[in-house]
Amino acid sequence: MESLTLSDVEQKYYSELFVYCDTDNTKKVASNGRVLDLFRAAQLPSEVVLQITELCGATRLGHFGRSQFYIALKLIAIAQSGLPLRVESLNSVKDLPLPRFVVGKNEAEARHAALYQDADSQGLYPAPGTALIPRPPGRGLQNKKGPPSSTSLPAHEVIQPLAPSIEAQPEPTSPVISPHQSPPTSPHSWRKHKRQHSGGNADRQQVVAATGAVWTQFREPQTGPVTGDGMWSSHSPPPPLPPSQESWVSFTADTPPSSTLPAMHPSSVQESTTIRTVASAATTNEIQRQSSGYDDPWKITDEQRQYYINQFKTIQPDLTGLIPGSAAKEFFTKSKLPILELSHIWELSDFDKDGALTLDEFCAAFHLVVARKNGYDLPEKLPESLMPKLIDLDDSAEVPEPAAEVGFSASPVEVTPNKSPSMPSLNQAWPEMNQSNEQWETFSERSSSSQTLTQFDSNIAPADPDTAIVHPVPIRMTPSKIHMQEMELKRTGSDHNHPTSPLLAKPPELSEETKLPPSMKFVAANTVGDGYSSSDSFTSDPEPITRQRSQSGASPEALKVVAPPPPPPRPQQSHSRSSSLDMNRTFAATAAPGQPQPSAIAFPPAVPPRPLPTQSSVPLTGHRVEAEGVPAGGAVLTTTSPQQIPQQPNFADFSQFQAFAASEQPSSLPDIDKHSEAGQADKISEGAGPLRTVKSDGPADERTSATVNSAKGSSGPLAPPPKPVRRRLKSEDELRPEDEQIGPQKAAAIAAPLTSQPSISRSVGKDKKAIQASIRRNKETNTVLARLNSELQQQLKDLLEERISLEVQLEQLRPFSHL
Amino acid sequence: MFHICLLMFSPQNYPLYIRSVPCQNELKFHYTVHTSLDVVEEKVSAVGKSLADQRELYLGLLYPTEDYKVYGYVTNSKVKFVIVVDSSNTSLRDNEIRSMFRKLHNSFTDVMCNPFYNPGDPIQSKAFNGIVSGMMVQTVCVF
Repeated sequence: MESLTLSDVEQKYYSELFVYCDTDNTKKVASNGRVLDLFRAAQLPSEVVLQITELCGATRLGHFGRSQFYIALKLIAIAQSGLPLRVESLNSVKDLPLPRFVVGKNEAEARHAALYQDADSQGLYPAPGTALIPRPPGRGLQNKKGPPSSTSLPAHEVIQPLAPSIEAQPEPTSPVISPHQSPPTSPHSWRKHKRQHSGGNADRQQVVAATGAVWTQFREPQTGPVTGDGMWSSHSPPPPLPPSQESWVSFTADTPPSSTLPAMHPSSVQESTTIRTVASAATTNEIQRQSSGYDDPWKITDEQRQYYINQFKTIQPDLTGLIPGSAAKEFFTKSKLPILELSHIWELSDFDKDGALTLDEFCAAFHLVVARKNGYDLPEKLPESLMPKLIDLDDSAEVPEPAAEVGFSASPVEVTPNKSPSMPSLNQAWPEMNQSNEQWETFSERSSSSQTLTQFDSNIAPADPDTAIVHPVPIRMTPSKIHMQEMELKRTGSDHNHPTSPLLAKPPELSEETKLPPSMKFVAANTVGDGYSSSDSFTSDPEPITRQRSQSGASPEALKVVAPPPPPPRPQQSHSRSSSLDMNRTFAATAAPGQPQPSAIAFPPAVPPRPLPTQSSVPLTGHRVEAEGVPAGGAVLTTTSPQQIPQQPNFADFSQFQAFAASEQPSSLPDIDKHSEAGQADKISEGAGPLRTVKSDGPADERTSATVNSAKGSSGPLAPPPKPVRRRLKSEDELRPEDEQIGPQKAAAIAAPLTSQPSISRSVGKDKKAIQASIRRNKETNTVLARLNSELQQQLKDLLEERISLEVQLEQLRPFSHL
Repeated sequence: MFHICLLMFSPQNYPLYIRSVPCQNELKFHYTVHTSLDVVEEKVSAVGKSLADQRELYLGLLYPTEDYKVYGYVTNSKVKFVIVVDSSNTSLRDNEIRSMFRKLHNSFTDVMCNPFYNPGDPIQSKAFNGIVSGMMVQTVCVF
């Protein structure tokens, strides 16, 4: 063993170290744990350590005597300064720095007070695991402090999970450190905490004593990170800094992500290596992510969220919209995370599994990416704070960070207007949330107001597909509903409504037939009004279309839609006996058609000569009705046969009614009105039916037409629109020869009564007879139809039997094919 | 101990996902499943193009070997699921198998929704794994 000359400092240092290692106080330090730890703390490769022990003679002796120990220490110093290990150099090397031990000793701390300051600053590394120091994600920036040279150096970053080591610290530090620690102990303790955690090595706990100093010594060469540490000199977390945004910005700008995302705390030591490299790259970054302290590492700070929102906007300007998967994929791929991890992040953040990201989901995903880049392990489940808020109204309840984010002044205003479910989770200023809450509340109030919306009669709309104006009209659920419907239909219908109204108002002599189905009245009104087959529009029958067509054909736009009368009057109209309203309506309705109007008004007085042509045109009307479905004659029939099928697809034969009207005086109006109230649909259908039957009659048509004509003639006042009139005129002449063409339908009975009316005058009595005749006709029609029905049923049965027999045969044949 | 094995095949018939419980005898499972692919193909093509719309996704019992029952399921994109269970699992009813397939299909859809997943890649989604594990454990432990 060569003599070892040590300087005074060295002497002192070594002796202290020896004392430290000499637990047994035997002046001989065997290769016990402390020595080994010490040597390990020297951060030298193991072979170097071996070499050192050899050189110093410990291997020879089997233990470290004081001299060997001293030699070893010196050799360590030599090795740490990079000099080759030579025994000769023990003495030759001058000004050798003291050996540095990572798990340093207190004496070193004492010696290097200057380093203490750095250590102090570093000591402010957030306490791992505990809330001693707020552990904002930004804090974890010790990455950058990691000395680039020391890969073996445990991450300087204070690692939160390594909390347990804290407890062990006071104990080891106390004995050795106290005398030598000039700086306050608290930083030391923190430092030790840090050291331990950063070391991640339980063994270190024993040697914690000089950790702080050692660290500082160690960090001495790294001025860069130290300066960064200096920023952390204050225990209190610095306020959130915009530089954090820089990091994100640079992230998106594709700069090395590591340097740009120092915000998050590395969560695990395993990541430390990656982090350290990251940190080293980011050493120059003095970003401090000290968002207000909170324990949940997954919380998004306001600035972070704002940043995320900005990023979201670059992809999707609409904050309530979605980012499609492909765009998100490109965006997050820029973070250079492995695809597998990105895939996992996506799984976590796409809450509704729709392949697109809402703002909330995007923020969560971004946050996870940031965390991952800083070394945090991805959670298995989406943390609560990252869950997209699904309920708008729960904003106030869901905003977790009360105090932390309150100071957030730059809360983006653009977030406020966004009412999407994702936005509520933003930790915006309370007023904004409250405001949005209010907005949501008002919205909900509005939605609740739907109850006050009036009920619309859906029948109206479908009933008039052809009409230009189909507006929902509130329906009063009164007994006169049907009547009202009819009224509505009239209104919404193209024209005929009005003719009906006058018709309705008309037949006073029909008062006794109040029980007649509304269609009757309706038809009567129609016939009275203008002989339109416009009853189509009134009925809520399922055959509005045909009727419509007939109407459109029959009734010119003279009676275009008139503004719907105000609801109040309607109930009155429902009043069965009141013809006055109908009269009103009649007059109003007849405003459009010039003829009908005067005719209607003039109805009571007398029947204009119109009936004649109408009479002749009745058969044509019948024809038309067949095509259009508005048989005026049928209306007559229906009126006379109230008990008949209400919903005949035939329309009232308005021509007949016109004849009626002509003959009938206003006394018939109320009756008609009543009928119309009962059900316009019925009227129309019935009207059409009889007419059809009328038409079907070949030879009978002639008489039918005659009767119809007469009826029409009697109802002259509301002459049919020019077209139908013309048609009737034409058809009349053609009818006689075309009687056979009309068809073999059963309407003989109908024809008969009709024919009985040729001479019907315009007297009221004749109207009565006409009604009775129509009743009779309808009855006959009924019987005929019933007979037909039974025959058809029989035919159907036969066919079914035949089919069954055929199937049986087939079955018999089939089994063979199945084999 | 009951065995259950699940495999997923891409439209090109290479495996996307393989999972068995317990982990032994995997090779035998794999062999069984691969042979069952033939049966699946046959069923898929047998229906014919005209009935493509009506072809059920659930193929039912493909064929019973002496030890195992093999069930098949094909998605509309020709991704095939095959489940092999012990024959001794008599209490495993058909509709349970159907529900398993349905769950698998849903999970697979979720995986497909992930833009980072390239169709044809082996499925490494943790969520998917979790669901499959849960299903298998539930199936095995039911008895």
